[in-house]
Amino acid sequence: MTKYVIRRLLQMIPVVIGSTFLIFAMVFALPGDPLRGKCGERPCPPAFVAEFRAQHNLDDPLFLRYFKYLGDLLHGDLGTTYQGLNILDELQKRYVVTVKLAVIAMLFEALIGVLAGVLAGIRKGKFIDNLVLVTTLVVISIPTFVIGSVSQTVFGVKLHWFPVTVKSNPGWYDLLLPGLVLGSLSLAYAARLTRTNLAENLRADYVRTAVAKGLSRSRVIGVHTLRNSLIPVVTFLGADFGGLLGGAIITERIFNIRGVGGYIFQSIHSRDGTAVVGAVTMLVIVYLLMNLIVDLLYGVLDPRISHD
Amino acid sequence: MSAAAVKTGSMSPYHAQDGLLLEVENLHVEFHTRYGVAKAINGVDFSLRQGECLAILGESGSGKSVTAQAVMGILDMPPASIPAGSVKYCGHDLLTMPEDRRRKTRGPEISMIFQDALSALNPTFPVGWQIAEMFREHRGMNKSDAYAQAIKLMERVSIPAAKERVKAYPHQFSGGMRQRIMIAMAIALDPAILIADEPTTALDVTVQAQIMSLLQDLQHERQMGLILITHDLGVVADVADRIAVMYAGRIVEQADVRDIYARPAHPYTKGLLESIPRLDLKGQELAAIGGLPPNLMKIPPGCAFNPRCTMAQDVCRVDLPPLVEVAPNRKSACHFSKEVLGA
Repeated sequence: MTKYVIRRLLQMIPVVIGSTFLIFAMVFALPGDPLRGKCGERPCPPAFVAEFRAQHNLDDPLFLRYFKYLGDLLHGDLGTTYQGLNILDELQKRYVVTVKLAVIAMLFEALIGVLAGVLAGIRKGKFIDNLVLVTTLVVISIPTFVIGSVSQTVFGVKLHWFPVTVKSNPGWYDLLLPGLVLGSLSLAYAARLTRTNLAENLRADYVRTAVAKGLSRSRVIGVHTLRNSLIPVVTFLGADFGGLLGGAIITERIFNIRGVGGYIFQSIHSRDGTAVVGAVTMLVIVYLLMNLIVDLLYGVLDPRISHD
Repeated sequence: MSAAAVKTGSMSPYHAQDGLLLEVENLHVEFHTRYGVAKAINGVDFSLRQGECLAILGESGSGKSVTAQAVMGILDMPPASIPAGSVKYCGHDLLTMPEDRRRKTRGPEISMIFQDALSALNPTFPVGWQIAEMFREHRGMNKSDAYAQAIKLMERVSIPAAKERVKAYPHQFSGGMRQRIMIAMAIALDPAILIADEPTTALDVTVQAQIMSLLQDLQHERQMGLILITHDLGVVADVADRIAVMYAGRIVEQADVRDIYARPAHPYTKGLLESIPRLDLKGQELAAIGGLPPNLMKIPPGCAFNPRCTMAQDVCRVDLPPLVEVAPNRKSACHFSKEVLGA
């Protein structure tokens, strides 16, 4: 187990290097001048341009710049934005918000999604099953920005249940509505995945054995069927949580949340290459770690998978 | 008339009258599918006594497993339904019993082992846990006591190093060992009836013999009624006291094991016995029953076996022969059973 974790962590090194390089190359290949508009209506003075370019290594060849960047990264330095702000500080501030949002979305998906899936799965073909199928289909079919804007209008503007937009240091309650919006799509998938797997496993031989053992129906389903049925759901939710931790550009924009997604969007917009690479590098690492956790959890749920 | 407790020293609320454990009468089972109604069981009668081994013999689709599942109460309903019949355990009809009461008979009173132990055991729990669950759920035993019982049972069914292996998972055992675990789980609560649904079909021949002799030992040791479901005539000959041969959801012949092997009273049984390869007839063509078992949605009128029967006459295509006593202690459902017996 420990060996497995170490091996996986070591495997992350080439993945991080490779992916950051790709992002690095792509971001700096984007057309556009970071200095455009920096000095008002007129072009910047040549001396300022020269200093700015030198400070951000903009005239070095790509590889050299990448290695300089990697060197800084190893010291835990993600660099500074073109505005001279420390990227690590910026990200930390925004990450608190993104993590809160992701946790709300994840709890919503996991609890309500699995519950709906179980109810539908054990009553396959009945009313509750059809209700879940239709509702989830509707959620899947509607784009996030529609769900987001509509719920903002209904629950925020009209009913005043939730704040319409999110303030700069949001609490859990401020982020509740955006979290639910963010989680709704994956909730629909999680519910359907749970339903299908549960309904399938209910026909398995070992479930018949559990019935033959004289166990109660709740135990047959809750203990003997659910465990196997949740393995693919956990995989899905884990990967999804990794994605959620990368921020949610659309939801963050609708509710004016200053999270990581918005930060990346803004940085791409202002051609701030260093900030983009810094943020994305961190996302890559978070995603890889989430995947590792999912794989470890997989081994806990299914003893046939061994990590020795 | 003596009413003895089914199991000595147990607190079972069920008492067998004169050793009679199970009476199945006129049992019907149907499966409702989108293509129509499949009549899997069409009036089955049999009984089982304490310490007796009844083999239910038949080819695939003859209804032997469905019969077992109906007795056990583990049919998926729907699609299955039981339009008629009764299954009396110690005089109590299991089919009309409230489900909660019936559930409590599964394990302590009637228990079952399945063909493929790998798929029949839950892959995500240790085998010891799965055996211990019987004691924890039915007896309310605490975890360590239940595990101790599980180890005892694993030792009883000859699993080597039971103490070390109690926490192992099903996939870490061989096929034969897994079936032993299945058996340990089934006999955990000392049931009066054990139903074994093709317990050795998925195993290789040497292991088959070991498992059968284990079942036999356990049956004698605990005076269980054993219902052995199989299509293997060889397995039956050694273990069973009585045989019921099923065809298209009916019992076509019922007799003591010796009688049936010596002189079958139904052409189908006769065909089955003749289709066993024999050493003394090596080199000759193997006699096989021509044709296929009937589609259960379109069972032919009259005797269901008539399209494949070499003795079939007009009467067989019209009249359904009832299962009647043709000699002491043996029944056959054939218009020409006397002729078959005499042949």
